[in-house]
Amino acid sequence: MLRTPTVKVEHLTKQFGTVTAVDDISFEIARGSCVGLLGGNGAGKTTTIAMIMGLLLPTKGRVTVLGEDMGTHRFRVLPRINFSSPYMELPHRLTIAENLAIYAELYEIPDPKTRIAELAETLELVPLLTRASGKLSAGQKTRVGLAKSLLNNPEFLALDEPTASLDPDTADRIRGYLENFRAETGGSILLASHNMAEVERLCDDVLMMRAGKIVDRGAPAELIGRYGRHTLEEVFLDIARASSSDSTPPAQAAQ
Amino acid sequence: MSETFHAPTRSFSLRRMFAMVRRYWYLLRGSWPRIIELMYWPTIQMIMWGFITLHLRDTSTWVAEAAGVLLTAVLLWDILFRGQLGYTLSFLEELYSRNLGQLFVSPLRPIEMVAALMTISLLRTLIGILPAALLAIPLFAWNIFTIGLPLLAFFFLLLIMGWAVGMIVTALLLRVGLGGESLAWFIIFLLVPVSAVYYPVDVLPVWLQWVAFAMPPVYVFEGMRAVLFDGIFRWDYFGAAVALNIAYLGLGAATFLWSFHVARKRGLLLAGGE
Repeated sequence: MLRTPTVKVEHLTKQFGTVTAVDDISFEIARGSCVGLLGGNGAGKTTTIAMIMGLLLPTKGRVTVLGEDMGTHRFRVLPRINFSSPYMELPHRLTIAENLAIYAELYEIPDPKTRIAELAETLELVPLLTRASGKLSAGQKTRVGLAKSLLNNPEFLALDEPTASLDPDTADRIRGYLENFRAETGGSILLASHNMAEVERLCDDVLMMRAGKIVDRGAPAELIGRYGRHTLEEVFLDIARASSSDSTPPAQAAQ
Repeated sequence: MSETFHAPTRSFSLRRMFAMVRRYWYLLRGSWPRIIELMYWPTIQMIMWGFITLHLRDTSTWVAEAAGVLLTAVLLWDILFRGQLGYTLSFLEELYSRNLGQLFVSPLRPIEMVAALMTISLLRTLIGILPAALLAIPLFAWNIFTIGLPLLAFFFLLLIMGWAVGMIVTALLLRVGLGGESLAWFIIFLLVPVSAVYYPVDVLPVWLQWVAFAMPPVYVFEGMRAVLFDGIFRWDYFGAAVALNIAYLGLGAATFLWSFHVARKRGLLLAGGE
């Protein structure tokens, strides 16, 4: 029997007035897989994630997460999924321990203290627990955001640029945590990122977005081969710099 | 594979609601200037009206008949004002911290947030009003608690109206973001002239009396004067205020939920700020 995909997106479209931010995209995220969402600024990555998480209502199309329609049964799924983005913050004046305790209660975690202690240990947050969220560095904030998003041991985790503005050492640690998360829980990840090395390292599959459309997709190695390039970054640049009026994938257009 | 925590799906969870109350309480507890500010204005108002009462007692038979009428009016008005402000300012904290997106990818339901805002508004109102009410006893020999059970009725009727206005204000804030922050402070004052706080409602022109009688506060303040001047509790006023409060609370909740829906359509939960 075929397993239901973690996420199924069908003809998803979002228009803000006359602007089409996401234009009729469809894809699936298989159970246990990590899918990268790549694209330049304004390509529609964050809008896509927001619609998948139910924060934003689509103009057209349908999102199914863990077998439930997000349009009608969002609250059945929300306890089983989570989201982290450096663009959404935790209240600055609350300590890390207070912030995590509140989210543990919102997710109705059975033993919040133990779970927070486990995550603090794993993400090296123990010395920071009594510090106010507003007094953390970017790297520390990212780790706290990740801890918040792992509180409920989600079956699906959406991450919007999880290593944006982090130094290479911290970013590498975050990638390590995400690899461990997948290995230990079998959870699926949707990762929007500008960091091509990160996507090559973590993702099984990549969706390339431009002007709200998915213009290409495939495994990182497959895309690199298809475009005749050496790295995913070169593929990304080919796609990002292609004329928006040309809907043909650049690699095919060049042939 | 490790255990996945899978909370049961309930349409209303007290645990989630109290998580939000805890969050607002932490925010309040962590800032002593905010706690002082809660008590400061009601106390200053009470002292000012206390001295006005002392002055008018000798010149106005109306005030002389029920010496505590102005002090009671100011304290009751503050319940309405603080109830609304406590609700709205706690919601504004979510906009300041750009936290709405985080909250609403969790299982938190809008109605649980509304219930949490009401609870914290009750706490903030009590923190604000109680010191002023207690201080009025030694300063002006006026004990508002001698009103007895009617005071409890007045308190909740005004608090609930404050919540209803708070819901409408937060609905607007969801639409316009922090640019509309000042709405939290001034919208409620639209009700002052028609609430007959410091004067009987029949002072108003007839057409404005019709407006006044469409609002719950006027029944509370008229009811208060009936208790203080005539020693009777007006059940008819109480019934009208309860009925109107139910209607306004329903209108407030519907407006907030509609605005939440629009925010999800326009991506405003992600934006949060200006």
